[in-house]
Amino acid sequence: MPAGLYRALLTVAGAVAAIILAIAISSVAIIAAGASPGAAFTAFLNFGETERAVVNSITTMLNRAVPLFIAGLAVAVGFRMNLFNIGVEGQYRIAAICAAFVGSLFTAPSWIQIPVIILVAAVVGGLYALIPAVMKVTRGVNEVIATIMLNYIAINLAAYLVRGPFTGKRAEGLLTTTTPTLPESAWFPNLNWLFTMFGLPAPRGGGLWGFLIVAVLLGIGLWVLLERTRFGFDVKASGLNSSAALASGVNPKTMVISAMVLSGAIAGLIGLPEILGDKHSFGSNFTPGLGFLGIAVALLGRNKPGGIAIAALLFGFLDRAQGPLQFASVPPSVIMIMQGTIVLLVVIANEITSRIALRREERRAAQQLGRNTPVEVAA
Amino acid sequence: MSSDTLAAVEPAVELEGITKRFPGVVANHDIRITVEPGTVHAIVGENGAGKSTLMKILYGMQKPDEGTIRVNGKEVTFRTPSDAIDAGIGMVHQHFMLADNFTVLENIVLGAEPKRAGMLDTARARKRVTELASSHGLRVDPDRLVEDLGVGDRQRVEILKVLYRGARILILDEPTAVLVPQEVEELFQNLRELKAEGLTVIFISHKLDEVLSIADAITVIRRGTTVASVEPSQVTARQLAELMVGSELPTPETRESTVTETVALTVSGLTMEAGPHHPGVPLEKLRQEGARLLLDDVSFDIHKGEILGIAGVEGNGQSELIEAIMGMRPAHGHIALDGADINEWSTLKRRESGIGYIPEDRHRQGLLLEASLWENRVLGHQTRAPARRGIWVNRSAARADTERIVKEYDVRTPGVDTLALALSGGNQQKLIVGREMSGEPKFLIAAHPTRGVDVGAQAAIWDHLRNARAAGLAVLLISADLDELIGLSDTLRVIYRGRLVAGLDPSHVTPEQLGGYMTGAITDTAEES
Repeated sequence: MPAGLYRALLTVAGAVAAIILAIAISSVAIIAAGASPGAAFTAFLNFGETERAVVNSITTMLNRAVPLFIAGLAVAVGFRMNLFNIGVEGQYRIAAICAAFVGSLFTAPSWIQIPVIILVAAVVGGLYALIPAVMKVTRGVNEVIATIMLNYIAINLAAYLVRGPFTGKRAEGLLTTTTPTLPESAWFPNLNWLFTMFGLPAPRGGGLWGFLIVAVLLGIGLWVLLERTRFGFDVKASGLNSSAALASGVNPKTMVISAMVLSGAIAGLIGLPEILGDKHSFGSNFTPGLGFLGIAVALLGRNKPGGIAIAALLFGFLDRAQGPLQFASVPPSVIMIMQGTIVLLVVIANEITSRIALRREERRAAQQLGRNTPVEVAA
Repeated sequence: MSSDTLAAVEPAVELEGITKRFPGVVANHDIRITVEPGTVHAIVGENGAGKSTLMKILYGMQKPDEGTIRVNGKEVTFRTPSDAIDAGIGMVHQHFMLADNFTVLENIVLGAEPKRAGMLDTARARKRVTELASSHGLRVDPDRLVEDLGVGDRQRVEILKVLYRGARILILDEPTAVLVPQEVEELFQNLRELKAEGLTVIFISHKLDEVLSIADAITVIRRGTTVASVEPSQVTARQLAELMVGSELPTPETRESTVTETVALTVSGLTMEAGPHHPGVPLEKLRQEGARLLLDDVSFDIHKGEILGIAGVEGNGQSELIEAIMGMRPAHGHIALDGADINEWSTLKRRESGIGYIPEDRHRQGLLLEASLWENRVLGHQTRAPARRGIWVNRSAARADTERIVKEYDVRTPGVDTLALALSGGNQQKLIVGREMSGEPKFLIAAHPTRGVDVGAQAAIWDHLRNARAAGLAVLLISADLDELIGLSDTLRVIYRGRLVAGLDPSHVTPEQLGGYMTGAITDTAEES
C-alpha cells in the first residue's frame, strides 16, 4: 500500500475511533445531567418528521457549517506555519461590520456589489491581521498575545461602530441596533433550488445560504495554493522546520506576513454568509464566537481543507440538535461537551496514528536497508 | 587484578547471547562480551553497528529480547537506569547532561544529594567530592560554574558524577568525540588511574588509534553482532578497521591537485558582532569600542577545484562564518562569488547563483523530517528547475529528479514518497549531498559532511566531494574530523576565537599540530605554505 494512502486511512480510522469514544464519554455526561443518552442520540439523528422539517434541519446544519468552515480555513493557514492566529475572532467581526457598512453605501448590479463587499471584508480582515504580523517580524511580539489583545479591541470597536458611526435606522419595534440594511443587489441568491429541484419544499427563512458556493471554491483554491504552489511549499517548509526554511532561502519575515494576512483575509469572510444570505446587516445580535470555534474545527480537520469541511459539517450537525435536544429534555450544553471531547480525542488520535504511520515507514526503510547491505567479508 | 588470578576472578560484566529486535530490524543479535574487572575494555564498531543499543541495554534503558547479563558473576535484569546504577554501572554520555548554571559540586550531587534536616549538606557533599576527585586524579574546582568550564573539565565532572553514585563499572560513550588531542591524552591518563583503582571502564569508540592506545581488550561489533575479540597488542589499526567494516577500507585522501587559477569565492574582512549588527561601522572602531566579535577580520579565497578546510574546536566561529556566507546573518566585510559582490543578496539569491550548503546539523537546517523525500529535494531549490514551473511546484519533475539522486547517491529508501525521518542518518546525508550537488553549484559549503554516518556512506560522500572538486567545484570544508580535513583539503586554515590563526599545508601537518593551533596552545601565526 502506498505510504500516502496508508497514512490517510489510518487518520480516518483514528478519527472514527475518537468520535465513538467521544460519544461514550458524552453519554456519561448526559447521564450525569439526569437525561437518557438514548433520547439524546435520537434527538441528534432526528431531522424531523415531515419533508419540510428535514429540509429545514439540513439547511440549519449547512448554514452553520459554512462560516465554521471558513473560520477553520483561516486558522489552518496560520497553523500550517506554526502561527497561532487567535485573532480570527476579532478579524471577522471588524471585517463584517466594515463590509456591511460599505455595502450599504452604494447600489450597483449584484455582480459588482457582492464582489466589492467580499473584497472589502477580505481587505479589512487582512489589514487587521497585518498588525500582529508586523509586530512579530519587527519587534518579536508573540502573535498569540498580540492577537488576543487585538480581539478585545476589535470586538469593542465593532460594538461602538454599530451603535455610533455605522448605525442605521432602527426598524420599528426592534431592540437591536444594526448597520443600514444592504440594498437587495447585495443579497446573495440562496440555493433553495437544490431542494426544489428534487421536488422538496424550500426551507423557511433565509434558505440555504448561497455563500456555500463561495466557501467551497475558497476551500478548493486554498488547497491548490497550499498543496501545489511554491508559496504553499514555503509555508509548509517554514511550518515544519523554520531553520531549514531559512537556510533554504525562504524569508521568514515575508512568510509570517503573507501567512498572517492571508489568514486574516479569509477570516474576514466568516461573517458574510450570514450578512449577505440572511440578516443583510451587521447587528448587535450578530453570531459571535465563530473565530474561536474555527480553532477547534481546524484542529479537528488537521489543517487540511478536506478535513476542515468534514469537521465543520460535524460541528454543524451537532449544533443543529439544539432544538430537538430541548424537546427531549436534554440540556443542550451536551453539544459543547461532545464538541470538546471530540476535538480533544481527535487530537490525541492524530498523534497516535501519526506515530503508528511513522513506525511503519521506519520499518519499511529499515527493511530496504537490510536488503541492500553490502556483501560481508569474512572477519 | 593481575592476569594470573584471572581465572579466579569473576568477570565484571558478562553479556551472553544478547538480542534486541526493533520492528523489522535486529539491532543486536547474539552479542557475547566478557569484560574483566580492572580493565579498559573497548567496544568498537561503525555508526549504526549497534553499539548504542548495546549500551542502552547494559545501562537499563532498554530491555533485551534474549540473552543474559551478569555483573560480577551475578545475573541481573535491569528495568531502569537506576537498577544499573544500583548494580554499580555508571554511564558517561556523549552529550553531557549538566546544568550550566550550577556549580561543579551541585552538578555532581544533583539527584543524590546528601541531606541534613532536609537541607543540602554542602560540607559533606564537598568532602566526598574532593575525596573522590583526589583519589582518582580528576582535578576539578568544585565551586566553579559548569558554564565556565571547557569540554575536558565537563567530562571529568560527568565521570565524577558517576563515581559519586558508587559506580565501579563506567561506560563511556564516544568520550573523545568532543575533545582535541591534548584533552584526549588527559582523559586517558584519568582512565588509567581509574583502572589502577580497580574500576572497570567500557569504552565505546570508533577512533581506532585511541582504542589501541588505551584498551586492554577490544570487542568489535559489526551489523549488530560481535565479530571478534582481540587484544590491542595483536592487531593494527588497519586490521581493526577491516574487522569493523568487513571490507576494503576507504581513505579520505585526495590524490592529485585540481586547484585552478580561477577564484570562485572571495571573502575579505568578514567580521560579525556578537550583539546586534551595526551596519557601516569600520572594524577599527568596533575593536576600539571593545565589541565582542564572533568573526574577526576573516579573509580567504577559494579557487575552482579547491577544497579549503577549516579546522577548529566547535564554537570558534564556524557556524557564524557559514551564516555570513549564506546571508542568514548580517556581517561586515565583503563576499564575492565568481567576481560578483553578493553582500546585499538574500539567501535565496545566493543559493540560486550556485552556492550549495550541506549543513552541520542536517535535522535542524537540512531536512523537513516530516515531509517526503521529493519535497526535501525541492527544499532550497524551490525557485529553480526542475522543482519549479512558474508559480507551481513541479511535482513530477521533482519526483523524477529525486529518483535520480536515490540511484546515483545510493540512498536506501522504499521510495521517494517516504518521509525523510524514516531514513537512517547516512541515507539522509546522502540525500542532502545529492540535492546540494544538483543544479551545478559553483561553490559548496560542506559542514561536517560525514558526521554521524557509517563508513560506507562516508566513503561515498568523500568520493562525491572529490569528483565535484575535480569537475571544478570550490568547496569550503568545515569538519571536526581531523583526518577528514587533512585528507580532503587542498589548503587548511585554523579558526580560533573567530580569527583565522594559521594556514597549514595538509600534506605536512599532523593532527597534534592541528590540535595545538585549534586550542590556542600554539599561537605563532604560521603563514600559508
